Amino acid sequence: MSPSPSMARPADGPGARRSRAGTLHAWLPKLVLAPSVAISLFFVYGFMLWTFILSLTNSRMLPSYEFVGFAQYARLMTNDRWWVASSNLVVFGGLFVAICLVLGLLLAILLDQRIRQEGALRTVYLYPMALSFIVTGVVWKWLLNPGLGIQAMVRGWGFEEFRFDWLVDPDMAVYTLVIAAVWQASGFVMALFLAGLRGIDDSILKAAQLDGASLPRVYWRVVIPCLRPVVFSAVMILSHIAIKSFDLVVALTGGGPGYATDLPATFMYTHAFTRAQVGLGSASAMLMLGGVLAILIPYLYSELRSRRHG
Amino acid sequence: MDNVIRRRTLGARAARVTLYAALLLAALFYLLPLAVMLITSVKPLAEITPGTLLALPQEPTLAPWTKAWGEACTGMRCEGVGVYFFNSIAIVVPAVLISTLIGALNGYALTKWRFKGSELLFALMLFGCFIPFQVVLLPMAQTLGWLGLSSSRAGLILVHVIFGVAFTTLFFRNFYVAVPTELVSAAKLDGAGFFRIFWRILLPVSAPIIVVSVIWQFTQIWNDFLFGVAFSGHDTQPVTVALNNLVNTSTGAKEYNVDMAAAMIAALPTLVVYVLAGKYFVRGLTAGSVKG
Repeated sequence: MSPSPSMARPADGPGARRSRAGTLHAWLPKLVLAPSVAISLFFVYGFMLWTFILSLTNSRMLPSYEFVGFAQYARLMTNDRWWVASSNLVVFGGLFVAICLVLGLLLAILLDQRIRQEGALRTVYLYPMALSFIVTGVVWKWLLNPGLGIQAMVRGWGFEEFRFDWLVDPDMAVYTLVIAAVWQASGFVMALFLAGLRGIDDSILKAAQLDGASLPRVYWRVVIPCLRPVVFSAVMILSHIAIKSFDLVVALTGGGPGYATDLPATFMYTHAFTRAQVGLGSASAMLMLGGVLAILIPYLYSELRSRRHG
Repeated sequence: MDNVIRRRTLGARAARVTLYAALLLAALFYLLPLAVMLITSVKPLAEITPGTLLALPQEPTLAPWTKAWGEACTGMRCEGVGVYFFNSIAIVVPAVLISTLIGALNGYALTKWRFKGSELLFALMLFGCFIPFQVVLLPMAQTLGWLGLSSSRAGLILVHVIFGVAFTTLFFRNFYVAVPTELVSAAKLDGAGFFRIFWRILLPVSAPIIVVSVIWQFTQIWNDFLFGVAFSGHDTQPVTVALNNLVNTSTGAKEYNVDMAAAMIAALPTLVVYVLAGKYFVRGLTAGSVKG
């Protein structure tokens, strides 16, 4: 696609030729980007708008365009199952994010002490992130199965009274989601923190230690404050994973017992695709989008601000 | 820090032992599920009894693997997850290649041919990385129907390309920003065109980011469940959907060994990629999620 060689008629001066080639040059990048931009406008922004419109209709099995205002949102607000799903998200998301952060930071600090075989350990901590949440769910469902899994194993060791049947306990089942999700994602948080630790100037640490500060104190007062941006990104990524969690619930608990472990993502799918409640499902999808934006906008805002200031 | 901490004192030694013990304990926590999955998948059903979770198989057998691959029931059908494994491959390979190619061209145009508003377009596209996909499911289902792509592999490829391009564009854009612009400017002065510059100058240095993008897309699409379950038909299911169906099919005695073998089959491709190219995998994870 090199510009056309000088085949121009004498009437066209060099200036005209350059401007014609220039036009092509100016347009080609835009032409290359155009399909992606169009796709994004239609399939992301258009579809968001479309879902919003569906959420204002009384669509059931198939989309209909009979508008009922915000009635679906009102229905959602009085829907017990939606409240179970939302409060589950708060419990699951909160614990998942908090435990991943603590565990990830702890492992990263421990790994940062000039450990032999550091690479091998890192590989082991991180591999669950390569798996599908479906595989994770299937494995943990087997481990947490009271009859044959961990409970049965510990009882076999002689602790006959040992109980670990959260998977079938409606009050505790949501915590099994936390266990499996932490297992999958905490290694990734470790990797983020480790990269952050390696980026801290060694001389700061040495200076603090020469001042006589103990190692835990150095970490608490000097190192961890330096990691604030990492914490910020990690919280954003993890809460994002939590809001999107769908496959893990499907594979591990199926939303059960009953609907005790429903999350908004599974609520939306069930209502829109299997219970013929397209309008209600769309309303729940819009609220999920609102949740993501509530996390994303402050994050992007602070990113842009910090970039502008330095 | 070596000269500050004296390693040879007794206290320091004890601390060192505790440190390694804690790290090994954590390693056990991460490895246990994989180990149990592997052990269970080579046990005959008779050896799966309460309390034998960690026991090594007395008579190891590959029968659960062959059954999971070719005979186990996934819903109404009983032909194993093998066919669905190939479905996944048929979906993943084109989707990864197309989305990586588009991402590379986008990233190149956005960095080396900046124009007024190009940053805004990038921000516009980037938003696609962050939306919860529930918000596009219903319109997508209807659109695929209009296009005649409902329940087809082509439809799934299209969906994965559409929602993957935001990520691949991000990767390539952030990579090409760091490639010096002088070479490109010189080539422009010499009259080299858009594609020629891409082919001769950018592409030769792109190997690392291509690897990152391919691995990221491969892992994402192979592990996808939401799009698979929403848009595939009986014949076009990806392996994750088939695995979930297999585990939840309740006909006769539950064969946990077959479940675990099927889970291993679904997990192996991404695990192998991770072990072979872990460095690039981590880079993709951090680039794909941190740089907003």
